[in-house]
Amino acid sequence: MKFSRLILGALLATAAGSALAASRDYIYAVGSSTVYPFTTTVAERFGKATEFPTPKVESTGTGGGMKLFCAGVGVQHPDIEDASRRIKKSELERCRKNGVKDIVEIKIGYDGIVMAHSRKAPHRWNLTRRQIFLALAKQIPDPENPGKLIANPYRTWRQIDPSLPDIAIKVYGPPPTSGTRDAFAELALEGGCKTFDWIKAIKHEDKKRYKAICHGIREDGAYVEAGENDNLIVQKLEADPNTLGIFGFSFLDQNVDKIAGARVDGVEPTFENIAASQYPLSRPLFIYVKKAHVGLVPGIAQFLDEYTSERAWGDEGYLTDKGLIPMPAAEREKYRKIARQLIPLESL
Amino acid sequence: MNKTLETVQAGLARRRRRESRFRWYGRIAIFVSLAFLAMLIVSIVARGHKAFWQTEIAIDVFLDPEELTPPTREHLAKADLTGLIKQSLRQMFPEVRQRRRKRALYRLVSSAAPYQLRDYVLAHPDRIGQTVRLWVLAGADVDLYQKGYVDPETPESERRIKDYQIAWLRKLESEGRLVLRFNRGFFLNGDSREPEQAGIQVAFRGSLYMMVVTFALSFPLGIAAAIYLEEFAPRNNVWVDLIEININNLAAVPSIVFGLLGLAVFIGWFGLPRSTPLVGGLTLTLMTLPTVIIASRAALKAVPPSIRYAALGIGASRVQTVFHHVLPLAMPGMLTGAIIGMARALGETAPLLMIGMVAFIVDPPQSLLDPATALPVQIYLWADSPERGFVERTSAAIIVLLLFLGIMNLAAVLLRKRLERRW
Repeated sequence: MKFSRLILGALLATAAGSALAASRDYIYAVGSSTVYPFTTTVAERFGKATEFPTPKVESTGTGGGMKLFCAGVGVQHPDIEDASRRIKKSELERCRKNGVKDIVEIKIGYDGIVMAHSRKAPHRWNLTRRQIFLALAKQIPDPENPGKLIANPYRTWRQIDPSLPDIAIKVYGPPPTSGTRDAFAELALEGGCKTFDWIKAIKHEDKKRYKAICHGIREDGAYVEAGENDNLIVQKLEADPNTLGIFGFSFLDQNVDKIAGARVDGVEPTFENIAASQYPLSRPLFIYVKKAHVGLVPGIAQFLDEYTSERAWGDEGYLTDKGLIPMPAAEREKYRKIARQLIPLESL
Repeated sequence: MNKTLETVQAGLARRRRRESRFRWYGRIAIFVSLAFLAMLIVSIVARGHKAFWQTEIAIDVFLDPEELTPPTREHLAKADLTGLIKQSLRQMFPEVRQRRRKRALYRLVSSAAPYQLRDYVLAHPDRIGQTVRLWVLAGADVDLYQKGYVDPETPESERRIKDYQIAWLRKLESEGRLVLRFNRGFFLNGDSREPEQAGIQVAFRGSLYMMVVTFALSFPLGIAAAIYLEEFAPRNNVWVDLIEININNLAAVPSIVFGLLGLAVFIGWFGLPRSTPLVGGLTLTLMTLPTVIIASRAALKAVPPSIRYAALGIGASRVQTVFHHVLPLAMPGMLTGAIIGMARALGETAPLLMIGMVAFIVDPPQSLLDPATALPVQIYLWADSPERGFVERTSAAIIVLLLFLGIMNLAAVLLRKRLERRW
């Protein structure tokens, strides 16, 4: 019958697939959607300029990527992990347990997190991290009775500080699955949270409670989860000039004609300020490389050469056009050496 | 008698009014849904149609023999082609001296220009030593400006394209060196980080391969299952009922669940490579199968029993009855069901996310086992990209996806027309 022949064909293809999976001639990277634009840019140039095939880059999120990356050694597993935060201890242990012993950690640069508003907004926003915390945290210290936590009572910015405009608090931001959200919570909210001494003191006593207070974002409508699509946030800001949006610096960079970044602690989110570590909301970005795969999959060493070259991640490299904030020259030199000599990560 | 007539007469106007009201509700409902559809299509076409055109710039490049010989792929990979492009731009605008301005000048052309130069040299090695006019892709910012996406009223500091760049463009335009051409790259290239170089070739092929796999598996399997369940399976059997209920439930399971299943079975168990159209097609087959079975069973049910009795009556066996008489009559309905199921599968991203097809892939897949993406995945990836140039590409990709869907549905209609038999 025709049907049985088709099924047989499918089974044969399956068998052939298993055989083919045993070799792979292209580099395979997974991980953060924040690092994705940078790794793909390098991958594309690498594919065009060398005889190697263009690497495949999957956008899975940092956590999801770590799971795949740490699953084991072998061509069915990824070679490179893009991360918008440092690898966690638990992830490193998982990696080691699965035989991924030597991991090379390369910092590639910085990303800024901006709170932006429409160019049409009547106010020039100038926020402190404390104000951001008071506006967006789930629980804040009671102004009447400091030392006690209450559900966030603020409806307008003016209620937080008389210098702020008298408009309702409405901020569009990424959902909990996003690395940008984690970084925002860590840098902005925790940064503001720490300004309350007694909360800061809890950190050493009760880490869990500290994190719950400082990373908890309110769920009463003032913070609107806008999905992972940052372009959508840009559109929403345009439609309502009284709102703010949270996203990565590259979106601000690409949309300067429509949106402007709020100053945080008096510093404007510009390329120069983030590069000079003046702007408080910036985070490092990493790639992790499986040393065991160098030599197993062709081109990894050359790919890292391209990634860590001055024309890629240098002060005027092509990655800066994509919104990556370069590291200072000395730091670049340090990580270039690590990449060239494939010095594995000892411990965190 | 008179009384009845009176009652009828009295209620008649009301009944007629009710009927005409109902007709109007129907018309309004159709009008509203058509209006939404028209809004969707108009907004997508309005945003996307310009992506089918692409700004190109003519530059005069001196094909320096020192740099370009021998004209082999290996040698040209190392040659400083970018330098040659930059040199020709500097010659066209000798007045530009400032470092910052020079960088802006180089950005007029796309970063693909050196590769276009390479391809030109490979195709015309005899021109080395001459100065040739080469049409290269314009940079994304220039392209957006030429297409009118930049409002010249906004203050210069808030624009990605500055006044002096606009002056260069005017000069190029007056020399006939700046034109909008049909964007072939959009159909021939794979994904790219640069909007002006990005294309749907990988996604299109990925979708096509997946549809072939899905059809080749789900159609025969679905029909076989439907025929058995409808024509041969014992009635009122607990097991058959159980299977039937399960198939109906499966048809309503969210597609992401099939993605997880595909990940566990095809990648985890069988060890098939991730991100490939084969795995994608198999996963979508799982998703489509229940729909095909249900539609095929409905088609079989619609064949009147008299046909079966007549066949059995003249001595046909049950298999002969089914394959000679029932199946040909049910075929159009089955095909429609299969194609509707596949049209749904064509638009899916969620299950593909789990099996690694949401990826950056530049090289077009040569077989079912090369990594690929799919059209909806490409749309999702572009919609999420920071570069402004991807906005129109996203809409253009949606137009292509809609056309793909339209062709599939048209095929369904035509096949049904051809195969339809009346009795």
